[in-house]
Amino acid sequence: MATAHTRTLSRLMIAPSVVMLLAWMAIPLAMTIYFSFQRYNLLNPSRRRFAGWFNYEFFVTDPAFFAALTNTLVLVGGVLVITIVGGILFALLLDQPIFGQGIVRILFISPFFIMPTVSALIWKNMMMNPVFGIFANIAKSLGLQPIDWFASVPLLSIIIIVAWQWLPFATLILLTALQSLDSEQRDAAEMDGAKPVALFFYITLPHMSRAITVVVLIETIFLLSIFAEILVTTNGGPGVASTNLTFLIYARALLQFDVGGAAAGGIIAVILANIVAIFLIRMIGKNLEA
Amino acid sequence: MGSIRLESVRKVFGDAEVIPGVDLKINDGEFIVFVGPSGCGKSTLLRLIAGLEDLTGGKVLIDDKDVTGNAPAKRRLAMVFQSYALYPHMSVFNNIAFPLKMAEMEKTAIDKKVRDAADTLNLTDYLHRKPGQLSGGQRQRVAIGRAIVREPVAFLFDEPLSNLDAALRVNMRHEISQLHHQLNTTMIYVTHDQVEAMTLADRIVVLNEGRVEQFGSPLQLYQKPSNRFVAGFIGSPMMNFIEGPTAAEHDAHTIGVRPEHIIVSKKKGTWSGVVTIAEHLGADTFLRVECGAIGTITARASGEFTVGYGDTVFLTPDSKKTYRFDKNGRTIGHRPQQADTTGNQKTP
Repeated sequence: MATAHTRTLSRLMIAPSVVMLLAWMAIPLAMTIYFSFQRYNLLNPSRRRFAGWFNYEFFVTDPAFFAALTNTLVLVGGVLVITIVGGILFALLLDQPIFGQGIVRILFISPFFIMPTVSALIWKNMMMNPVFGIFANIAKSLGLQPIDWFASVPLLSIIIIVAWQWLPFATLILLTALQSLDSEQRDAAEMDGAKPVALFFYITLPHMSRAITVVVLIETIFLLSIFAEILVTTNGGPGVASTNLTFLIYARALLQFDVGGAAAGGIIAVILANIVAIFLIRMIGKNLEA
Repeated sequence: MGSIRLESVRKVFGDAEVIPGVDLKINDGEFIVFVGPSGCGKSTLLRLIAGLEDLTGGKVLIDDKDVTGNAPAKRRLAMVFQSYALYPHMSVFNNIAFPLKMAEMEKTAIDKKVRDAADTLNLTDYLHRKPGQLSGGQRQRVAIGRAIVREPVAFLFDEPLSNLDAALRVNMRHEISQLHHQLNTTMIYVTHDQVEAMTLADRIVVLNEGRVEQFGSPLQLYQKPSNRFVAGFIGSPMMNFIEGPTAAEHDAHTIGVRPEHIIVSKKKGTWSGVVTIAEHLGADTFLRVECGAIGTITARASGEFTVGYGDTVFLTPDSKKTYRFDKNGRTIGHRPQQADTTGNQKTP
């Protein structure tokens, strides 16, 4: 469709935005790499000098690093499992014709619109508070010892909060996938003698595989950088029990004022995110083809 | 094994009564075609037989056993869908094997049956492909294969050829016809295409607004349509219907005459008119002739008959093959009118 002339013109036209995007991405990355090789602490900025690999070594050998790495993966994995399994179940439920379907769906989507800090605060003060939280009240009414969520199971608490936020997203995507299933395929499977369970595993689930892939990829991108929920609730503690990589870098940069070390941590996080991405694309990326 | 009986089957969707009550008796091994205009309830009737819809009233009997409450799989019927409804993520082999797998058949037995079916349908080379990599005709054959392996008592086809191009449609029509002679199993076939109906069927059910208008062999429907609807629906091009004084001359509300039963002449005839469309198909020539008060008449002439737009022609209907209908559209006498000038042929 394009002649040589229009092609040149179109390249010229998109050049500014491409250059802009490139600069937007490349300059901060270059600066982070630069700082990661500097000994640069804001408490003593005058002693800034080249540090070689020291910042990387220091960050990686910090015992908090591996705790943070595991926490990050557990957080991402846990939320993914809860949202995918729960999302499929809720999608199946919401696909049934029920009275007031539209309102139920809107209500269901609403957690996704609530800001992370707000929802974390609500969970912290109204749901999981060991004295006057709803969970504590339920436990007390059953004669059980209330759980001090953020002290005894901090990471699980954060997983629950984040999963609550992302469940609607997964449900919404999976529901649309469910609705696009050809009804004749369902009829055919029924004629072929498939019982509801077999129908789900042989027909419905494979049909949803592409949507599941999309949910996994998108959620992973956002879940690797969970921050607000941790800051508002546990502050990474107790100790480093709920510190993920993002929070560790924040702590290094803005609590210890070690700009060089934080930059090194940032670069490590970028590399880790890419490794995760490569694995994900390898494992499930083929679902997106054709 | 494979007789199907419907006893006053009714189906209501909300306020709409789609099928007000149908009685049918289909014999074992027959090829039955449900034909009718779109929205006449023919697909619904098929789905009722299959068990994919619940009956509002009446009974479905297969081999004299009441299966009205049975799940589709328990009725031992197989269905081929309009969209083929193949499982896109499974290979051809797994598609065909699916009903056997659901019946928890042994692996080696499944393998053998699938290969046999693939052999019959020329699919052996494609067993490892996915449906997305097949052509329309091949997909159709996979859908038929999936139906065959279950060894059903009857096959149900829901407009299976409507997604294929014209040439392939004729091919698949022949294959389905051959399959019926090979398997000798009852088949029920839904279509809106009367050519498919006429060529495939042992007997045709003509449906209109959920009612059975006529049930009989293709030639019966053609030669002895029971009413104006059947007369108009069967036969191509459509039968000419003439009302008014011309019909009154025959003591009828409407008379009908097929295009192929009109003698066309350039010199003399009963009716005269001006050609508005002349379609030269080679073997035949179809003319649309504007005949004044009588209306527009379609007539068939031989391929050599050369007339063009604006020419005047004379038409003579074959009086032996003129049908008479009363006010309600029912055929008077329910048989072709005899050459009879007394006009005393109204007895039913």
